[in-house]
Amino acid sequence: MTGEIVWRIAGGSGDGIDSTSQNFAKALMRSGLHVFTHRHYPSRIRGGHTYVEVRADDQPVRARGDGFNFLLALGDSFARNTKEHAYYGNEQAKPLAENLDDLRDGGVVVYDEGLLDASEIEDFEARAEEHNWHVYPMDLRGMARDQGREVMRNTAGVGVTCALLDYPLEPIEKLMEDRMSGDVLEANLEILEYAAEQANQLDHTHDLRMPQGEHDSEQALVSGSNGIAYGAIDEGCRFVAGYPMTPWTEVFTLLSQHLPDMGGIAEQVEDEIAAAALALGASHAGVKALSGSSGGGFALMSEPLGLAEMTETPLVLVEATRAGPSTGMPTKTEQGDLEHVLYTSQGDSCRVVFAPGNQREAYEQTRQAFELAYDFHLPAVVVYDQKLSGELRNVDADFFDREPNPDLGATLTEEELAEAAHYATGTFERFQHDPQGAPEGVSPRSIPGQADGRYLASGNEHHPTGHISEDPDNRVAQMDRRMRKLAAIRERLDERESNQVRHGAADATVGVMTYGSNQGTVHEAVDRLVEDGHSVASLSVSDLMPFPEADVGEFLDSVETCLVVEMNASGQFRGLVQRELGTHGDILHSLLKYNGEPFEPHEIVEAVEGLGSGDPATAATRYVPAGSD
Amino acid sequence: MSFTPLHQHDDDAEREPTDREAFTPGIEPQATWCPGCGDFGVLKALKGAMGDLGYTPEEVLLVTGIGCSGKLSSYFESYGFHSIHGRSLPVARAAKLANPGLEVVAAGGDGDGYGIGGNHFVHTARENHDMTYIVFNNEIFGLTKGQTSPTSPMGHKSKTQPHGSAKAPIRPLSLSLVGGASYVARTAAVNPNQAQEIIKEAIQHDGFAHVDFLTQCPTWNKDAKQYVPYIDVQQSDDYEFDYHDRREASEMMHDVEDALHEGEVLTGRFYHDPDRPSYQEEKRAHGDVPEDSLAERYHDDDYEWERSYDLMDAHK
Ligand SMILES: Cc1ncc(C[n+]2csc(CCOP(=O)(O)OP(=O)(O)O)c2C)c(N)n1
Ligand code: SF4
Repeated sequence: MTGEIVWRIAGGSGDGIDSTSQNFAKALMRSGLHVFTHRHYPSRIRGGHTYVEVRADDQPVRARGDGFNFLLALGDSFARNTKEHAYYGNEQAKPLAENLDDLRDGGVVVYDEGLLDASEIEDFEARAEEHNWHVYPMDLRGMARDQGREVMRNTAGVGVTCALLDYPLEPIEKLMEDRMSGDVLEANLEILEYAAEQANQLDHTHDLRMPQGEHDSEQALVSGSNGIAYGAIDEGCRFVAGYPMTPWTEVFTLLSQHLPDMGGIAEQVEDEIAAAALALGASHAGVKALSGSSGGGFALMSEPLGLAEMTETPLVLVEATRAGPSTGMPTKTEQGDLEHVLYTSQGDSCRVVFAPGNQREAYEQTRQAFELAYDFHLPAVVVYDQKLSGELRNVDADFFDREPNPDLGATLTEEELAEAAHYATGTFERFQHDPQGAPEGVSPRSIPGQADGRYLASGNEHHPTGHISEDPDNRVAQMDRRMRKLAAIRERLDERESNQVRHGAADATVGVMTYGSNQGTVHEAVDRLVEDGHSVASLSVSDLMPFPEADVGEFLDSVETCLVVEMNASGQFRGLVQRELGTHGDILHSLLKYNGEPFEPHEIVEAVEGLGSGDPATAATRYVPAGSD
Repeated sequence: MSFTPLHQHDDDAEREPTDREAFTPGIEPQATWCPGCGDFGVLKALKGAMGDLGYTPEEVLLVTGIGCSGKLSSYFESYGFHSIHGRSLPVARAAKLANPGLEVVAAGGDGDGYGIGGNHFVHTARENHDMTYIVFNNEIFGLTKGQTSPTSPMGHKSKTQPHGSAKAPIRPLSLSLVGGASYVARTAAVNPNQAQEIIKEAIQHDGFAHVDFLTQCPTWNKDAKQYVPYIDVQQSDDYEFDYHDRREASEMMHDVEDALHEGEVLTGRFYHDPDRPSYQEEKRAHGDVPEDSLAERYHDDDYEWERSYDLMDAHK
């Protein structure tokens, strides 16, 4: 392993752990490092144990690492003391105690003496000795109180971190200057320097150092949710409707904050049925629109989703999944909604589903979702998860295009409407059985307000004119045409650079297949395996519907055995592969994780090494051996 | 290619009446309403109102729900959206936000609007979207063959309530007033002249106009009072109240709703607040919605899309 630093900051929810870690990560990125953050938080607003990891390296970082090597335990300011001094208590040792399991040997611990008492943790000293941890108790709260305000103890913690890792204060100071001013800035700068000085006076027994690096170009620190929101904006989306639900809320708030200032419209409405129906209504009226939710809210969207399929209205939905069933674990990650996203709503599914694997793909595939929804007149769903939604990673700032694309896809002008052959009947045929001059299966639409384009969009089966019909021949013609669109979309996607990413040895005998947000973790695991001499390659799949049969078939043909990695209990993705290909069942083994936490690279490494033994990689994972087709 | 603007209806322009027959579809739709159904009355009133007000079919978007009532969009020539049960309002209000130049009318049954769509009804009223909402109130589920609906009277017997409904009927007028609608009226299919006048007024109103339209269902609800001669409260001296005054209107609505179930059908406009800004105006005042039509911008190839600031800066 390289000289990476995985810095974990722990404390109570609401104590500013999130913003502190974001700023730290951004400072590291600005000074030339590659960074990746992993966030863990409970389902409560204030108090309760939370942590964020910032992994930094001079090489690109793709995933959460295996454990961490620097702990900054700030204490939980919301932990109540039963004794008199009410607010701050130190009997809650959690931010320290709960974080020790994954701390690597030789790691550094800084804890806030002002709030935490290490002697309350029975085996702390023994464990520290056993694992060669270097422990630095610091009165961060005291420093913050003396130099400014108590809440600024996070800043004191960052100052201590910099001193202990031999990292300059300038990037942090610069960032503070960008974000604050006046007394607050002054106080923070003072605390930062004071805390660093105090730490410098200590006897440094550890040998961890912050690596140094340099970027070729300007970087931006973005999450998966940022990627989706900016993808939508750059693809010309100017209408969002939603209802808050974690973690979809991140996309929703971002769009709500930006769209009105760009001449767009954002609506928070009464429920998710309404939200998706609004996006549908806006899209029908000729605007690029988006809605979305997380599992439970997406369930409510099942009605408008089907309506979009039947009325052939472009609609882009986002599904940010979390652990289910039902409300499940609101702040924990899972990939358990795959089948829900693919098959929810009545009738045969006629939709596009993408599962981006990282921040860049979130951006690109959201753009593709809009392109396909508007070109092919159907709903497109971008499904990702709690993990990717909150993970921050540095990306080339130039990667984001920033030129809005207002192209509405297969839409006719008034001139085209007047000249259209099918207009000879005097009625615009919005839903022709065998349309020409548009992508396969797509009968171009008009926009309300255009002369000669009037039609009825109905959720009931309908004639070419849009009028309700139960005529069996018409039904078959319409159904076949709608389904033809999926084949045409597959063809269009196959002509491009694939959304499925192959990684690892060229002629591998062992395959690892995954979808969505596990991509980076799998890549890291594969690199380690290849380095150790294993013949391993991975395929991470993003296109879920229409399914990339050729890409997946080719990959599975090329390996002798394959581990399918996914975060759910029933192996839904493996099921999808078998359903779509109908082959290879005898070489597909599952590695499943569904405790709410994302995979760590070592779990995949161990599972591949132990393939066939039938043992799960860790206590948190489950192994399901190959079956047959 | 030259840009042809979308047809936008200017509410303030002086207009000549148009031919109401322009709103009859060119192709003969399958007639699925029963003979004598009150729904024909809504269709007639709507066509007449649009013609009188000088609309052309491409300026109008009619969004319907599911039910016999939802079929209105099959018999009315305009841009139409036959949506799903209870969901016409959210579809309609987004279309209006996206293209304010469209005249947007939503319609559906009492089950559709006051039952499954009740949440949307209250919230659309609350937000006071600039649109017209016509509810075909036949006190029954028509299309699914005569089950009890939210407006069916207490004691009403049906296949699903064989012992008679133990629920008091919903009070749609009061509900929409409390919700925030700025125009509330009731009319009846048996009274075509009043119906047409009320629909006209509702369309002209800048805000959420709710029309509870009593329609008879001869097939499933033979004893409904929808057949009983109505009384137009505006034309009768017995019902003096100021329909611009929320409290007086509210009291009147209580009386009207009580009276309906005692067999007396009172109709007319019960509340009209011409001063309350519509949701669109309110949003515009907050800088939350563009001055022009968003749909028009997409339509115009020459429109200069601007980015107000560089979003990426915050992430660098
Ligand atoms: C989600 C959903 N639930 C139930 C139905 C079945 N359904 C169709 S119409 C209808 C009731 C119609 O009653 P109403 O809204 O009063 O309209 P009417 O037919 O009387 O005009 C029902 C329950 C449906 N289409 N969708
Ligand atoms: S069932 Fe009733 S509401 Fe439906 S068409 Fe027949 S009469 Fe009209």
